Amino acid sequence: MFDFGFLEGYEQDFIDGFLTTIGVSLFALVLSLALGTVIAVFRISGVKPLEWFGTAYVEFFRNTPLVIQVFFFYVGLPALGIKLSAFLVGSFGLSIYTSSYIAEAIRAGIQSVPKGQMEAARSSGLTYIQAMQYVILPQAFKLIVPPLGNQFINLVKNSSVLAVIAGGDLLYAADVAGTEQDITPIYIFVAVLYLLLTIPLSLGVNYLERRWSKAGTR
Amino acid sequence: MKWKKWLALSVALLMALMVAACGSSADQGNGDQQAASAVEAIKKRGKLVVGVKYDTYLFGYKDPADNQVKGFEIDLMKELAKRMLGDENKIELKEVNSKTRIKLLKGGDIDLICATMTITEKRKEEIDFSRVYFMAGQSLLVHKDSPIKDVKDTAGKRVATAKGATSGKNIQAVVPNVDLKLYENYADAFTALRAGQVDALTTDDSILMGMQQQDPNYKLVGEHFTQEPYGIGVDKKNKDLLEYVNKFLDDIMKDGTYDTLYKKWFKKDPPKDLPKDAVQKSPTT
Repeated sequence: MFDFGFLEGYEQDFIDGFLTTIGVSLFALVLSLALGTVIAVFRISGVKPLEWFGTAYVEFFRNTPLVIQVFFFYVGLPALGIKLSAFLVGSFGLSIYTSSYIAEAIRAGIQSVPKGQMEAARSSGLTYIQAMQYVILPQAFKLIVPPLGNQFINLVKNSSVLAVIAGGDLLYAADVAGTEQDITPIYIFVAVLYLLLTIPLSLGVNYLERRWSKAGTR
Repeated sequence: MKWKKWLALSVALLMALMVAACGSSADQGNGDQQAASAVEAIKKRGKLVVGVKYDTYLFGYKDPADNQVKGFEIDLMKELAKRMLGDENKIELKEVNSKTRIKLLKGGDIDLICATMTITEKRKEEIDFSRVYFMAGQSLLVHKDSPIKDVKDTAGKRVATAKGATSGKNIQAVVPNVDLKLYENYADAFTALRAGQVDALTTDDSILMGMQQQDPNYKLVGEHFTQEPYGIGVDKKNKDLLEYVNKFLDDIMKDGTYDTLYKKWFKKDPPKDLPKDAVQKSPTT
């Protein structure tokens, strides 16, 4: 039988940690989706400076370690006079990092919609934004969902980066409890808690994918 | 299903590697310890083998400028080699950490441990300790303009330390409502302090002094609220070596060599009341 003795005295830390992990994940999920969409639109806008910015953004944040980015925000922002809690620093860092992947997923999805669709939409009198909103994005969406789902699962796991900046997440709680006892069973326990969050997410993504592939449209 | 084969193969390979890694760390004694007198054995060998830290600034650290291991403890051991073997270079330094040092000493790989090792009742059951040569204690590092003057002032304040260390428990025992922040290591904790993410950093003053020398905008405040006496570790079967080391420490404390070395590294006078015998004391024990 798995011995839960290590939890003694740390119950509150684990509860707080679990809630923090959920909170950061939700926060970063919304923000990274918004940021990622904006960057994806930049990259396909046809406006050179915006394209350059989008490319630089994606390549920079996708190709440097998340831990370094978050630590850099954590110690760098105060020097610029911006004081944020570890929770917010972690959420923003995670959002920016994840948004670079999401931007790529969205861009790929949009670009796989045949060019003729945009041309037809524009010639029927829709503006660029309207054409995106009513013609391109609905078609692109079902191509985007599977990679997007993967990013959200990664995001939940990556929220453990908060442990490095004393952010009080689930992994941090494990490290605190592991100060004076064997950390192995604690990490196993915490891994199960992460699974509790990521498996429903995984199943949800699979469900949406199946539903949309059948329906053909949204 | 070709990928299954590959998966099975890589798992098998990984496990084989892990087994091999465990097997190769077996003890390799060098046999010298069998001699009746450990001091004679060292003299016959012509060099002293000491386990020291390579990563602890001011005590034992590798200077990146010239790749030499330097520090207060290194100088102490060189002085010992000089007095025992007539040449301070007749010494071999081996890097140890808190997990390996007792094993290496008992296995005969090293003659002595001089590696910021606190004398504890538990360790005294395993090895012998020389007299105290440095009294460390948990203290606070704060910005020089900080209102924190003593550990009592940290109530409700954000205080950093490293994960895995007992420093967090100790300060919580003294100030229960301290807002403790744990970082991966002391370098990260110090960076957080300099960034203003925490109000103070707490651990042994021996570590804090090193940080303070890196950035003079920070200062140590408050009395020690734990007692961490450092002693030189000697194998229990080498009583003559223990006696030799104790006499050596008494000698250098009398003739001023100790004071010179202390001032060289810590930029201040050594404490007048260094006890001979002491063990770890903390608010949690």
